Amino acid sequence: MTVDNWQDRIQVQTADFSIDEEYQRLSANNAEDGAVVFFVGRVRDRNLGDQVSLLELEHYPGMTEKALQGIVDDARCRWQLGRVSVVHRVGTMNVEEQIVFVGVSSAHRGNAFEAAEYIMDYLKSRAPFWKKERILNAAGDVQEERWVDARDSDAAALERWV
Amino acid sequence: MIQVLLFARLRDQLGTGVVNLEIPSPAHVHEIRAALAAQFPDQADVVAAGKALVAINQTLTNDEQAVATDQDEVALFPPMTGG
Repeated sequence: MTVDNWQDRIQVQTADFSIDEEYQRLSANNAEDGAVVFFVGRVRDRNLGDQVSLLELEHYPGMTEKALQGIVDDARCRWQLGRVSVVHRVGTMNVEEQIVFVGVSSAHRGNAFEAAEYIMDYLKSRAPFWKKERILNAAGDVQEERWVDARDSDAAALERWV
Repeated sequence: MIQVLLFARLRDQLGTGVVNLEIPSPAHVHEIRAALAAQFPDQADVVAAGKALVAINQTLTNDEQAVATDQDEVALFPPMTGG
């Protein structure tokens, strides 16, 4: 099937992104879509009970973009969508920084809500990104750097879309 | 010879980002895993099926019978943790 690629924005970058600009891209000169839903993932200060000070995100250049495009293509097969944006950062990020933006426009909100969640669910366990976190001890000194394990709940999140 | 790219924790565990396996091309995915386990016996468990994922030409495969040649881009990596 043919995909309206011009309506997709798939971006992997080290730089931060602007939510204003991303929203503009989804909504400007777009009279047919009454709904825009977007999600922003951020770096939390805690994980597994430990204090996190830094997140490092690695990816597989080439495959990442291909995998993200595949997920967006699949979403377009399931829902009537207008524009779709996926922006994912890689490299080093501090607590509270933005990691990922997933935005979807559609004529009606139902499709936009579901598609945004679907894309996020698949992105978490089907696009080749890996998180490493720096953990601080109670005194605030660096205790260790560790790779983040995939969660069973992330795999389970895909089950409902099958 | 089959070249295998490694990422994230798997690269740290095997201590390299690229491994050249002296096995005939084409090779099945399970043969690639076995050759890696033989070359890194202390890390045999982390390259096993169910532990490491395999991509051929940047597409994930769940098929242990899938075949890669020396012309293909083969990669092994841990379960993904994006978002």
